[in-house]
Amino acid sequence: MAAARTGARGRTRRLAPYALVLPGWLWLALFFVAPIASVVSMSLMTGSLGAGYAFTFEVGNYTRAVGMYWEQILRSLVYGGLATVLCIAIGYPVAYWIAFKGGAYKSTYLLLVLLPFFVSFVLRTISWGFLLSDNGIVLGTLKDLGLLPGGFGVLNSATAVVFGLAYNFLPFMVLPIYAVLERMDHRVVEAAYDLYAGRVQAFVRVVLPMSLPGVFAGVIMVFIPTSADYVNATVLGGTGNTMIGKVIQTQYLVNNAYPLAAAITFILMAVLLVGIFSYAKALGTEQVMEVQAG
Amino acid sequence: MTRRLTPAQAALARGLTQPRLSRRGMLGLSGLTAAGLSLSACGVEGQGGESTSAKGFWDGKKSNGRLDFANWPLYMDPGRPELKAFTEETGIKVNYDEAVQDNPSFFGKIQPMLAQAEPIGYDLMVLTNGIELNKLIELNYLAPLDHSKLPNFADHAADIYKKTSYDSGNRYTIPYASGITGIAYNPEYVDREITSIADLWDTAFKDKVGMFADPQELANFGLFYNGVKPADSEESDWIDAADALQEQRDKGLVRRYYSQDYIQPLSNGDVWLSMAWSGDIFQQNAEEGTNLKFVVPEEGATLWSDNMMIPFTAKNPVDALMLMNFFYDPEIAADLTEYINYITPVPEARDLLRSKAEEASGDDKETLERIVDSPLVFPDDDDYAKLHNYVPVTSNNEENFSPLFLAISQS
Repeated sequence: MAAARTGARGRTRRLAPYALVLPGWLWLALFFVAPIASVVSMSLMTGSLGAGYAFTFEVGNYTRAVGMYWEQILRSLVYGGLATVLCIAIGYPVAYWIAFKGGAYKSTYLLLVLLPFFVSFVLRTISWGFLLSDNGIVLGTLKDLGLLPGGFGVLNSATAVVFGLAYNFLPFMVLPIYAVLERMDHRVVEAAYDLYAGRVQAFVRVVLPMSLPGVFAGVIMVFIPTSADYVNATVLGGTGNTMIGKVIQTQYLVNNAYPLAAAITFILMAVLLVGIFSYAKALGTEQVMEVQAG
Repeated sequence: MTRRLTPAQAALARGLTQPRLSRRGMLGLSGLTAAGLSLSACGVEGQGGESTSAKGFWDGKKSNGRLDFANWPLYMDPGRPELKAFTEETGIKVNYDEAVQDNPSFFGKIQPMLAQAEPIGYDLMVLTNGIELNKLIELNYLAPLDHSKLPNFADHAADIYKKTSYDSGNRYTIPYASGITGIAYNPEYVDREITSIADLWDTAFKDKVGMFADPQELANFGLFYNGVKPADSEESDWIDAADALQEQRDKGLVRRYYSQDYIQPLSNGDVWLSMAWSGDIFQQNAEEGTNLKFVVPEEGATLWSDNMMIPFTAKNPVDALMLMNFFYDPEIAADLTEYINYITPVPEARDLLRSKAEEASGDDKETLERIVDSPLVFPDDDDYAKLHNYVPVTSNNEENFSPLFLAISQS
């Protein structure tokens, strides 16, 4: 009797961690595995809305998707990459300044960074359209002052799209970098100075390496959504600036070409995953873990 | 994602709701093979839209005193006076919902429900002529209209709305409001009169031309440019039209392919001339005091309609049909036009609005007169003569159509 009871308790104890993880697994299965499985199976079907779709293991959807849209896929990655670099260039100094010089007002400054996010993403992007208009507040004034030639324009160009992306996703870069810098032990930097490192050297050899996990997290949080974004390209872009997100949206909702749309979706996902993994590999996985732990 | 069952399920459901032959129901139940399914699908398509099926649909259906109506934003006075008048006259309560933002996504939302033969939550909906409407008709998702219950339509609708290429004889749809897709230009920047579609190809307007992103709208203008009527066009014409549009793009003429937000750029000079919808230009000029010009180009332009229709799974189809008829009462049509500023399918509305303008004073009088006199709201016969129907795109030829034009607007 006694032995049986301890056995049961032992089993419970052994199974408890798994039971605790169960909701997480269910969540993953429901909202990650199931949709992906459905996308993959859809991408291998043939048919039309009228006749219905059948699973025929149609790999042709993938070759068609790549053949028709390689340019938009590549363009999306380039725009996403440029926006990410821009976000680092703008976001790192901001995070650095808030973390080290923000003093008592750190949370106020962070709030200011986040403040624009209280307005809808789409509305903010459309407002940029007004601001960047050929004869709008900014360009119109500069043109009136004779600082810009009359024919100059920014709206409906790749520049407008990349800047729109960088603007919209900047806080996703600032916050993780800030989180890492804020936790950094400042005595390490002082030690560098004690060892005769100049300001530049202390930054390059001490602060920067220690803050890389934050940059890594920021890059992932900015690059993935910007590459897949379609709002900015639609609102701020012009002829020849279409990004792959818009193509997917059109194929799903306008053309009802579900298999082709699913194939493009999966290709984009695969490209991003491969990119992220090779990036993680290059930087060293322990840094990824560090960010996750922090 | 097993959409393969779709037509069979629809067929099965129709077999059950309409006590007709049991053969289709049998097939749907027993023949769960591909062959059985496609057979049953054919069976449905072959029979859809016959006058007998209209009778079959309406047999035994009664008014339930209520209905749900899905319409586009800004398509009725926010006070809904027309619906109040309807409720007063008939006792039928209308739940009005501005649920339709654009055709494809509304279609995407209702299609799965219709495929399962489930009600979509609306008894009456408004969609534009085009691919989605063609698919709804083709898939037998719409209730065939009983024209004996639509006397106002027979008496008051202009002839052009009874002979459309997408639903000739109005078997499933009647227009709610219509408009013209033409060219609008901003005379502040364009210093000559724009009269033709060829102006959109003029290199004097480099980087200042706006075109529409919608494949059908874009195709129509490419076809007109080549001198082809969209409704009569064939596949080879589409390829030629796409070539012409590609050339326009390659010359750097097109600033952007717009989905719908072209009015602002046109008003502040980001684009100087653009494809445009008549009602938009009228409203912009009336409300913002702009002086945009709208032209029905000499090569031709398209007349489109936002059409009322009843999904075949509607719970209150009789009430919906009564409201459709009510909107064709000239008084009601005039009221609607006063707010919407698009073209009404009821020409008599013009005289009613004119006499109303004569009685009114001040701002009201001015507004009414502007509507009555506007060729954008009441096109004259010369304009009507230049208006054409769309390319009849169905799911059979869509694959040869849309990609041609998407490749231009989306690359």
